[in-house]
Amino acid sequence: MSRVVHIASNTFREAVRDRVLYNLVAFAVLLSGAAILVGQISIDIERLVVVNLGLTAVSLFGVVIAIFIGIGLVSKEIEKRTLYTVLSRPVRRWEFIVGKFFGLTGTLVVNTVCMAIGVFAALLYVSHKFQASDRWILVALYFIVLQFLILCSLTLLFSSFSSPLLSAVFAFSLFVIGSFAEDLRGFAGMSHGLTQGLATGAAYLVPNFSALNVIGQVAHEQAISGRLIAYNTGYALAYSAMAICGAVLIFERRNLK
Amino acid sequence: MFAIETINLEKTYAVGFWRKKPRVALRPLNLAVEEGEVFGFLGPNGAGKTTTLKLLMGLVLPTGGTARILGKSINEAEVKAQIGFLPEQPYFYDYLTAKELLEYYARLSGVEPKERTGKIDAMLERVGLKESAHVQLRKFSKGMLQRVGLAQAILHDPKVVFLDEPMSGLDPTGRREVRDLMEELKQQGKTVFFSTHILSDAEALCDRVAVIHRGELRGIGRVAELTASVAGKVEMIWNGNAVPAGFSGLGAECHISGDTIRAALPEAQQEAALEILRRERLRLISLTPVRSSLEEYYLQKVNSAAKPAGVAQ
Ligand SMILES: Nc1ncnc2c1ncn2[C@@H]1O[C@H](COP(=O)(O)OP(=O)(O)OP(=O)(O)O)[C@@H](O)[C@H]1O
Ligand SMILES: [Mg+2]
Repeated sequence: MSRVVHIASNTFREAVRDRVLYNLVAFAVLLSGAAILVGQISIDIERLVVVNLGLTAVSLFGVVIAIFIGIGLVSKEIEKRTLYTVLSRPVRRWEFIVGKFFGLTGTLVVNTVCMAIGVFAALLYVSHKFQASDRWILVALYFIVLQFLILCSLTLLFSSFSSPLLSAVFAFSLFVIGSFAEDLRGFAGMSHGLTQGLATGAAYLVPNFSALNVIGQVAHEQAISGRLIAYNTGYALAYSAMAICGAVLIFERRNLK
Repeated sequence: MFAIETINLEKTYAVGFWRKKPRVALRPLNLAVEEGEVFGFLGPNGAGKTTTLKLLMGLVLPTGGTARILGKSINEAEVKAQIGFLPEQPYFYDYLTAKELLEYYARLSGVEPKERTGKIDAMLERVGLKESAHVQLRKFSKGMLQRVGLAQAILHDPKVVFLDEPMSGLDPTGRREVRDLMEELKQQGKTVFFSTHILSDAEALCDRVAVIHRGELRGIGRVAELTASVAGKVEMIWNGNAVPAGFSGLGAECHISGDTIRAALPEAQQEAALEILRRERLRLISLTPVRSSLEEYYLQKVNSAAKPAGVAQ
């Protein structure tokens, strides 16, 4: 178990040394620019704009990082042969995969926490106080982290058998398709016969990112039900666990170049 | 119990776009290395040395057969804690410093926390990287990386050490140091299994060597015995413009250029040849051994047509 922790923290260290966290600077510039702008021109919709824009940026920045780092996690180590001296130690292959997963999600959590502080600071700047409904913003951020969990496990899965470029294409397509998962399920329900079976299967197989996106609701100060929180938590954990298992199964059988 | 044992270990890679074409990298290999032995694994480029080492490390999966290290399956974590591995042309996480890398590896190998720092400092000193301990590995030269590679292979005090071309990329001092280091490992009773192209190193260091070619074991045995079975050659150069009569019977190859004659002949005929020169009052310019006998043995095995390896033990 401790080896998983060592691998995870080394993955985190790599991200930090590769200056991944510098994206926070871009985020800060974007957000403060937007906050100052809406503070000057709009009446009453400052909150809406800041929450919408802030959370969307948190999500997109994270998605880009998850895909960019995730696709290289395994394939880069095989390509550069840095894995040889790791796997010839008492490190099991599953420990390596799981360690990498936690390293990447850890990086994203740290990144998201920093961004969240920024979002709340911008909110305070435009509306001068916090209100009770702001707690739903925390829930939206939590859902965004759950999205990252799924996305990291998927990029890791792709990274364990295909090239970085293909992994990026797969992961990004799945992210886009998954963002319309609920619509897909709706369409599938309307078709008939064999098509219905296939469409339903596909609709349920893609990760349901749309249920994890509540940015619109919280921007309009709507409450999020406890049921949805429980459902999403269970869903994200189960989905990423399965993707990680898949990655491990593939990686266990791989010959290193 | 053998330190290293392979039983019909074989590997065929699938190549080509559809992975249909087989490429045999290693034919069923049976090898046993005793504990405390220094074992040299010789063979030309593409012979299958690295493939064998990767199979032993569990980095590639065999298409047939098995391997055991210290009597246990190579996949057991317990075994992995007892071995050290230096890959060929090693490459490491280049965002880490030498010291950080060794720290990370020491953790993965389960080195006790209280011993860790002491061991790492001593190891950096031993491979001559004390000054560069805090430099990121991306700024390291090839030979420096090789040194880091050696350090990480023996850092956790493994019982069996696998080195894939340990001397490559090193300057003359570095080679000398690696030789000393391997001698030291032997003194400590460790088993060392290493591949190399440098036959003089193998001759100087090994208890036993194996020669493989095209994935096939061509010969194996004690260095002393192998070299006794094949004689080396010497090269003689003297002044003259015609080959003396007696030379044809000595199995010599002679070349005349200007007023010097160069002859390559078996070491055993050296005295007879010198005698002829003395008798003819010819002036000897130089006399040098051209091939060590291990080299002769190696070339004989590699150039011979494929046949089952004769086991000479
Ligand atoms: N990943 C791979 N896919 C396909 N063929 C491979 C692969 N790795 C090695 N081979 C083939 O296996 C054979 C043995 O290669 P190997 O690397 O073991 O040689 P070697 O003895 O280490 O040579 P060198 O002295 O050049 O390092 C070669 O014919 C090589 O082409
Ligand atoms: Mg090799």
